[in-house]
Amino acid sequence: MMDDEVNTTGPGAPRDCNETLRELDVFLDGELSDDQQAAIRHHLDGCMDCLGAFDFHAELKTVVAQKCQNDDMPPGLLAKIELCFGTDFDGDGQVG
Amino acid sequence: MADQATFAAEAMQYAPQLYSGALRMTRNRSDAEDLVQETYLKAYRSYHSFTEGTNLRAWLFRIMTNTFINSYRAKQRRPDETELGEFEDLYLYKNLGSLQNASVGRSAEESLMEMLPDDEVKQALEDLPDNFRLPVILADVEGFSYKEIAEMLDIPIGTVMSRLHRGRKAMQKALHDFALARGLVAAQENG
Repeated sequence: MMDDEVNTTGPGAPRDCNETLRELDVFLDGELSDDQQAAIRHHLDGCMDCLGAFDFHAELKTVVAQKCQNDDMPPGLLAKIELCFGTDFDGDGQVG
Repeated sequence: MADQATFAAEAMQYAPQLYSGALRMTRNRSDAEDLVQETYLKAYRSYHSFTEGTNLRAWLFRIMTNTFINSYRAKQRRPDETELGEFEDLYLYKNLGSLQNASVGRSAEESLMEMLPDDEVKQALEDLPDNFRLPVILADVEGFSYKEIAEMLDIPIGTVMSRLHRGRKAMQKALHDFALARGLVAAQENG
């Protein structure tokens, strides 16, 4: 095998649009290997269609993360919890 | 071995995240409050088994997820919902093209952040059946890795991935339906 042989089957092999879109979730979740990520980025550099889909889903992921964790805690919840630390409720000689 | 005396100082900072996560899991404030409280109590009692230097937030979420699965899910007496409709990939992305022609003064540049109201995003997530909702909460809201989620839910990584994929698609369908109901998206027949 020649050293400079083009890798066409390994994890870093070039991707077409279908292969790229199939890996959209895993790419955006940061769960691909460096080789796999590089292959996806290489495809996105030259494909506006796939780049549009990836950008959209990256933004959607941010929207979901931000909008689903901005709830106000009920007042007093923290104090109620901290009060438990140090109280032996059931009398078993153990806190809680 | 972690010292119980330092528990509050180390762990209480995660309460707001745990509370939001609990709300998305239980879908009501009273159960969410109880779930967070129970989680902290269990964590406090078993803090000696927590390995210092490992991820405390993940440890707390693991306790909370287990507590939810073992008691609250049963208490809510929901059937074991495993069925979810099949939707096409890239559902929202493919169907939002009509947004740009919508008649409500919306510009093409408007971001998803402005386009999707908080309560609709929360609702779309909370409407997912448990089996799909938990992985989506843990991945997309809390940012845990596939491996961490697999451990928390005691399912294989491949199952985490497929549930995330299907759960996200169903959520996108719901977000599109909400937008459609608001008249934000031009009806398909006009688009």
